[in-house]
Amino acid sequence: MAVTAADPSRVLTAVWRIESARIIAGLARLVRDVGVAEELAQDALVVALEQWPVTGVPDQPGAWLMATAKHRAVDVLRRQSRYRQKLEEVGRAQPQVDDTDLAAEADDYVGDDVLRLIFTTCHPVLSTESRVALTLRLLGGLTTDEIARAYLVPEATVGQRITRAKRTLADKKVPIELPPPAEAAERLASVLEVIYLIFNEGYSATAGEDWVRPALCVDALRLGRTLATLAPREPEVHGLVALMELQASRIPARTGPDGAPILLQDQDRRRWDRLLIRRGLAALDRAGNTFGPYVLQASIAACHAKAATADATDWTRIAALYDVLAHVSPSPVVELNRAVAVANAHGAVRGLAIVDAVELPDYPLVPAVRGELLSRLGRDAEARAEFERAAALTRNARQRSLFEARAAALDG
Amino acid sequence: MRYLIMLKGAQPATPPPPELMEAIMTLGAEASAAGALLDTAGLLPSAAGARVRLSGGRLTVTDGPFAEAKETISYALYEVRSKDEAVEWASRFLGLHRDLWNGWEGDAEVLEVMA
Repeated sequence: MAVTAADPSRVLTAVWRIESARIIAGLARLVRDVGVAEELAQDALVVALEQWPVTGVPDQPGAWLMATAKHRAVDVLRRQSRYRQKLEEVGRAQPQVDDTDLAAEADDYVGDDVLRLIFTTCHPVLSTESRVALTLRLLGGLTTDEIARAYLVPEATVGQRITRAKRTLADKKVPIELPPPAEAAERLASVLEVIYLIFNEGYSATAGEDWVRPALCVDALRLGRTLATLAPREPEVHGLVALMELQASRIPARTGPDGAPILLQDQDRRRWDRLLIRRGLAALDRAGNTFGPYVLQASIAACHAKAATADATDWTRIAALYDVLAHVSPSPVVELNRAVAVANAHGAVRGLAIVDAVELPDYPLVPAVRGELLSRLGRDAEARAEFERAAALTRNARQRSLFEARAAALDG
Repeated sequence: MRYLIMLKGAQPATPPPPELMEAIMTLGAEASAAGALLDTAGLLPSAAGARVRLSGGRLTVTDGPFAEAKETISYALYEVRSKDEAVEWASRFLGLHRDLWNGWEGDAEVLEVMA
């Protein structure tokens, strides 16, 4: 029975979004190459685009796509096997491929396949931007064009990154498998980093006219939630999900009607998304009593989420959490945030001392924080110069207006 | 984009088949694992609920059941990239009813949540 009312190409796009990661991951296990796996999946997509308008949308569109792609994979493997048989006649014996086994294997539960694929697309052998592009494409189900628009770069650039990434994985013979125990922590950290990078590009866009691009946050959240389902025993995965849910809960309040950014202390907290806060706190609970960098950052975000007003924020606890974070995962950005927390908990002078030691050349938030703390100390002329420097450094138009406004207000 | 999917149908004479409930749980787990399903729950018949109405400047409270032929049976809140994706999840949900509950009829309303 076919659904006649639905537009096949629209159904296909939706099904692709939902199923593509599982299809590509299942195929990658069979053909042992993510590039070939994606091509096979794309082939199935083309077949569907040709057939569905004629035959109607199949009852189980996801299963249909998987079966079609799988048939093609078996063909490819059979061809390879025949090729091997030819080689065999020349010399060395190779095991023969059994179609029935292959088909059964392809039907296995695919959760682990998706996990293996995430570890592969986030492999340290790839550049960071390639990991991001390949992950969004293969796991997020985004088209190259969608990734390009999200990152405000030409489509060709993203296409090249993805092509290069696939070639690197093939050239370096990166196996599509879960990392060996000795590498597990480092490899998981890479996966989490890629997902959080995607989230952050959506949450505080580094370039362009918009301050937030929520669709990218949602893509990162979905990847994180999937990962948490597949690797439920990793506290840092839950920590990352908690952090993203809690940060995303503020998106409705982070932008004014004119698109201008609204800082945390000025946000209308009634606009925070209670559902995401609830989900974030639940994810943090699942992380248990651990102290990894994402769990710590999520704990800090939870302090904000629990404060009914900006004045009610428990800055002493936040400053203490930043102290631990600075120990566990030291970085200039953590130091900068710690400076703000310490300033709020223990006074601007102590915060300023921390900022002055931060080495982050050309990072606009360093002068912005310094400007804020100087203005609290009544050192307006110095504060103004810092905000002007911050405005000159940022590539985000909305952020620039914010810093210019702060500088102008100090003109007095 | 968020969508609220509300399932509506006639109050059935018998409880839903256990196979259907099992399949719904599996679909829910899949949608959660896909990161798309944020929240969902079943609703008791309106006989257990009430309606507060504002009419002619007066508030009135009426206990259920409501007079409508169709009951609201469950809700699900999805976070997706497009309406089509929300429609696909709703179609899968109703497809389970078609396959596992002979004769049952109803609607899944797919409503976009205001951003």
